[in-house]
Amino acid sequence: MAKEMRFHSVFDIIGPVMVGPSSSHTAGAARIGKVVRNIFGEQPERVDIYLYESFAKTYRGHGTDIALVGGLLGMAPDDARLPDSLRLAHEAGIKVTFVPKSDKVDHPNSARIMLSRGAHKLSVLGVSIGGGNIQISEINGFKISLSMGTPTFITVHQDVPGMIAKVTQVFSDAGINIGTMTVTRESKGEKAIMILEVDDRRPDLVATLKAVPHVDNVTYFE
Amino acid sequence: MFNTIAALVAQSAAYPSVAAFMVAVEAEQSGRTPDQIRAIMGHNLDVMAESIAQGVQGVKSVTGLTGGDAKRLDAYLTAGDSYLGTTALTAVRNAVAVNEVNAKMGLICATPTAGSAGVVAGCLMAVREQLGLTRAQQVDFLFTAGAFGLVIANNAGIAGAEGGCQAEVGSASAMAAAALVCAKGGTADMAAQAVAITLANLMGLICDPVAGLVEIPCIKRNAMGAAQALTSADMALAGVRTVIPPDEVIQAMDRVGQAMPTIFKETAEGGLATTPTGLKLREQVFGQA
Repeated sequence: MAKEMRFHSVFDIIGPVMVGPSSSHTAGAARIGKVVRNIFGEQPERVDIYLYESFAKTYRGHGTDIALVGGLLGMAPDDARLPDSLRLAHEAGIKVTFVPKSDKVDHPNSARIMLSRGAHKLSVLGVSIGGGNIQISEINGFKISLSMGTPTFITVHQDVPGMIAKVTQVFSDAGINIGTMTVTRESKGEKAIMILEVDDRRPDLVATLKAVPHVDNVTYFE
Repeated sequence: MFNTIAALVAQSAAYPSVAAFMVAVEAEQSGRTPDQIRAIMGHNLDVMAESIAQGVQGVKSVTGLTGGDAKRLDAYLTAGDSYLGTTALTAVRNAVAVNEVNAKMGLICATPTAGSAGVVAGCLMAVREQLGLTRAQQVDFLFTAGAFGLVIANNAGIAGAEGGCQAEVGSASAMAAAALVCAKGGTADMAAQAVAITLANLMGLICDPVAGLVEIPCIKRNAMGAAQALTSADMALAGVRTVIPPDEVIQAMDRVGQAMPTIFKETAEGGLATTPTGLKLREQVFGQA
């Protein structure tokens, strides 16, 4: 058989543990929300979510809205508080709006999430590709391809000279290969984001990266 | 790693069981230790058991369209006068329970997907007392199911959007059948026979969810998947063999899925979804399209 092997782990088949009802529309949506929150690095004051195609048509019945907001509050797909996320977001003072869009996009299950807190703004396009797996395909207008399942570090830092060298030095010192790297920023001298996909599981490096001057926040996920 | 049922049966012969082989392969692929891997699966097992217990108590879905059938089945089961008998009817009740919990946004373990999560869990929890399975043996049940599921997923698929319900409930039922065979002391080859019998029997099953929701007919299809798994397992344990080899059945399932019209692949544009009642329920839940 010549088919490409898409599934490698027994836990792709038995798992994930998740809040129902749909691995693509609920678990995938929660994962998108959580990654976006990690990239933003702090609790947003306002969130506007554009939903496309299948997400736009069935988001209420599938709990896609609830899952996205749960993720934005930092919940994983298996968090039992997920069904209460809209109330919890309201209580936390986060203003959330959902806008179903009729525009055609590359994948049927897509959501554009725009967050803000004061002058701090972020726009991310997330895609749920099935079975709870997701991709991040755009950040602040930049096309990227970020897939779950790979050890990934996201830094939020001040846009000052030398940051890329200092952060990559941490990985070099640890003997870890960087597979892909994306750097973007709000505007010159403001907050900047670095996304690094690496070849080894080393969540312990978060502390080292946080200690680098001008780094505001670091998150790690697989 | 293995990519055919034939390779899985052959390579697992060097190990005490299919489950032990799966754990060894997972350890090599992931870099995790066997103990860590078994602990993760143990957590999945706990979630399955909890979802059944919750569903049997009686739940209602977020939309209000479904719920309460596991509780009805539980009362009928307790009355002790069924055609299926205790084991099979318990599996059916359990499968319905898991998917009713799924539809109310409860916690479940996708096996292999959320919409088909009741089959493997339902069968396992129905036989664990009858067979006196220890916790380790119950975890093994899930590794066996996962090993056969990996081959199906890689050679045909497990998403309704790709291959219809045969890919979801069909795959889940085949996985459960294989694990049921091994749990009763059957060989890996017998398990492979059970996989082939199951997939052949469920071939062509479409995915036609009413209103696009994972409720109608998904919940009842899980009951069917559990019953078929027990039937296939008993047939294989009795020595019944498949005429078309398991790997050829999986390839046929893949071709059927590819040839299946998209209206039958999780788009809610065909089958039960477009019946007058199906369309009315869609309007009831989502308003005018």
